[in-house]
Amino acid sequence: MFGYAGRILRVDLASGKTRVDPLKEDMAKKHIGGIGLGMRLLLDNSKMGVDPLSSENPLILTTGPLSGTIAPTGGNGHAFVSKSPLTNGLGEAKSHGFFGAEMKRAGYDAVIFENKAEKPSYVWIDDDSIQLMDAKHLWGKSPQETEDIIKEDLGDYYIRVAAIGLAGEKLSRVACIMNDKTRAAGRTGLGAVMGSKNLKAIAVRGTKDVKVAKPEEFLEFVKMLHERMKGPATIKYRTLGTPQNVLVHNSLGALPTRNFTNAVFEGAEKVSGEYLNERFVAKVDGCSSCAMRCEHIAVLLEGPYKGTTTRVEYEPLWAFGPHCGVDRLDAIIKAMDLCNYYGLDSLSTGNIVGFAMDCYEHGILTKENTGGVDLRFGNAEAMVEMVNRIGKREGLGDILAEGAKRAAEKISKGAENYANHIKGLEMTGYDIRGLKTAAIGYVVSFRGADHNRHGAYGVDLKGTVDRFKVEKGRSKFVIDIEDLYTIIDSLIVCKFSRGVYYKEFEDLARYYTVATGIEMTAGELRKTGERINILGRLFNIREGFTRKDDHLPPKVMSTPVPDDTISKGSRITQEELDFMLDDYYAHRGWTKEGIPTLEKLKELGLEDVAYIVKDRSQKP
Amino acid sequence: MSSIHARKFVSADPDKCVGCCVCEYACSIEKEKVFNPLKSRIRVVRLGFVVNMSVACRLCEDAPCVAACPRDALTQSEETGVIMVDGDKCNGCGWCIEACDYGAIMLHPDKKVVFVCDLCEGKPKCVEWCPEEALDFVTKDVLAQKARLTAVKKLFQEALKTTT
Repeated sequence: MFGYAGRILRVDLASGKTRVDPLKEDMAKKHIGGIGLGMRLLLDNSKMGVDPLSSENPLILTTGPLSGTIAPTGGNGHAFVSKSPLTNGLGEAKSHGFFGAEMKRAGYDAVIFENKAEKPSYVWIDDDSIQLMDAKHLWGKSPQETEDIIKEDLGDYYIRVAAIGLAGEKLSRVACIMNDKTRAAGRTGLGAVMGSKNLKAIAVRGTKDVKVAKPEEFLEFVKMLHERMKGPATIKYRTLGTPQNVLVHNSLGALPTRNFTNAVFEGAEKVSGEYLNERFVAKVDGCSSCAMRCEHIAVLLEGPYKGTTTRVEYEPLWAFGPHCGVDRLDAIIKAMDLCNYYGLDSLSTGNIVGFAMDCYEHGILTKENTGGVDLRFGNAEAMVEMVNRIGKREGLGDILAEGAKRAAEKISKGAENYANHIKGLEMTGYDIRGLKTAAIGYVVSFRGADHNRHGAYGVDLKGTVDRFKVEKGRSKFVIDIEDLYTIIDSLIVCKFSRGVYYKEFEDLARYYTVATGIEMTAGELRKTGERINILGRLFNIREGFTRKDDHLPPKVMSTPVPDDTISKGSRITQEELDFMLDDYYAHRGWTKEGIPTLEKLKELGLEDVAYIVKDRSQKP
Repeated sequence: MSSIHARKFVSADPDKCVGCCVCEYACSIEKEKVFNPLKSRIRVVRLGFVVNMSVACRLCEDAPCVAACPRDALTQSEETGVIMVDGDKCNGCGWCIEACDYGAIMLHPDKKVVFVCDLCEGKPKCVEWCPEEALDFVTKDVLAQKARLTAVKKLFQEALKTTT
């Protein structure tokens, strides 16, 4: 095969036995790679209703057909897929850097980790040799330390490592899987799945060639993308980076502040991308094969957190900043660095700290609960301290490490009214009270509260639609982007590059064909995007999800935007939510209960998983 | 032999290099028709977060790799300074690798002989592909000129803003 390695590796962590199966062309074309292939393998290799942290839940690692090539941003991706300990539904997270390319060169499109290692271990994939290695000396170490020690132990400094930190070991449901020091497969708590398997790290060395079907056309296509990447489509990522969002969202009354109490932050200037770049960013790095570069590396040269060096992006900056009412960038940067150190999803972690602050402000949590920490909104030191406690699972941190939803259940006393999550996954930095197209995308996303499954904030923020209104047909925008985004995450190209595929499906289909030699039309690729979205939905339905699970974070419905801004008074009502769901399900061709019909499954070539919706997919 | 002043080689500007490895891929596809950094004549080094740089052959005068070869498998072009490897004579012993201060000569994973940057007949593909324009095909003299220009520009940043 071209592009693909053509092989799926299966590692039984209990016995240490491995097996390699071929990746069939039909399977490849129908699911592309990345999350698409991973979701399919998860459905086929897991039983219904298993505990995500039990040995029966497989962890699947995939690369894409472009991984290991010069494809800008596409050459370096990998994805993890598993049942999420946070949502009990589909968990998936992508990461970039260097690890994915190495995995492809080792010769694998997917690795399925099954069962649980007897003792702390790491898997050493050295081309065709797979070994289960002792990780006793790595237990308790950060992902960054783990990477360095493994390279030293194995005596090769070009080995790539994906590892968990203390959070994953301690089964924190917001633990991530880190690679190449600063990159994270962050969301849905898959670091805890690794921890539950006693799997500290995956180390890989790949020496094989990666070939594409039509090298000349491929290089020509890539050259064109390089040119486009120098243009306006990527300028944000190359200049201020995603933190540019701070002032944009703030001016639009769409910057969730103090756990969705406000939508405007009075300290926005001080945590803006402009301020950050002027004072803290030392260098902008790039991933393997990227022609853009986006990785803004911030260094603290003075103050209480002096010496801290970490990568910054908007979402964690928002979560630890405006969301917690904190306007001190040094503390925010420190919190991000701590998340990398403990191996925590920084977005979820910041969200949870903001949730705890809201509980504290409302007297649901007191100093007694917080171990003496004055957890008021805006207390920067307290915010940093809580990240430490979540990382170590100390005191209140132990409860918060379970994620906002479970923590609220444990805290009770009405705490659930402040836990802003969807399906158990914590909210991200878009105030959907005044972004009502994006809200649809958030509600129906198969992995929970997430802007990256649909990007539907685009039409709201650009003013394509009236963002304060709910209206018939709005779901079409969401569906179009959703289907494109599943392809982006399956090829795995970076979302930051999405603007350079001018003709979207047509460009991406050509990219796929020149790399793999497998003919793909724009229409087929669009259908494939839909197929992958439905696979996510089907997995969740199999695990017991219903229409009720397509819900909104409580404060988005309960708290109208109070600020004097364009979004003043905006919130989403139950009626509006019902309207959104009816409209979305209808456009998808699903039943009123949100179940894909048998005809729909047939149309997408998913007859073999129709058993999941049998008896439930009839139109009412 | 051409003067070391006239020899152009591939040089990376550490301020511009972001460690993206595009040069490695461009080299291996040009020279070996595959994507594989292990078959690239230029390699990227990432140290920590803010230090990245790619390294290729510097075309040293009296090249130590040539001197180190016990089998006379390496010769240096009088015209360009490029190191040429005689694949029949090289047995992959690696003395040249030890002799090179830059790690710019490497053992080929399949052929088991050493390989090194050949400047793509004067049009290095890595320089052409580098998205950051961090790679330059230059002589040491021009490199010094550029460094001086950058240094002086930095000194007079404020003045340049108002006068140009």
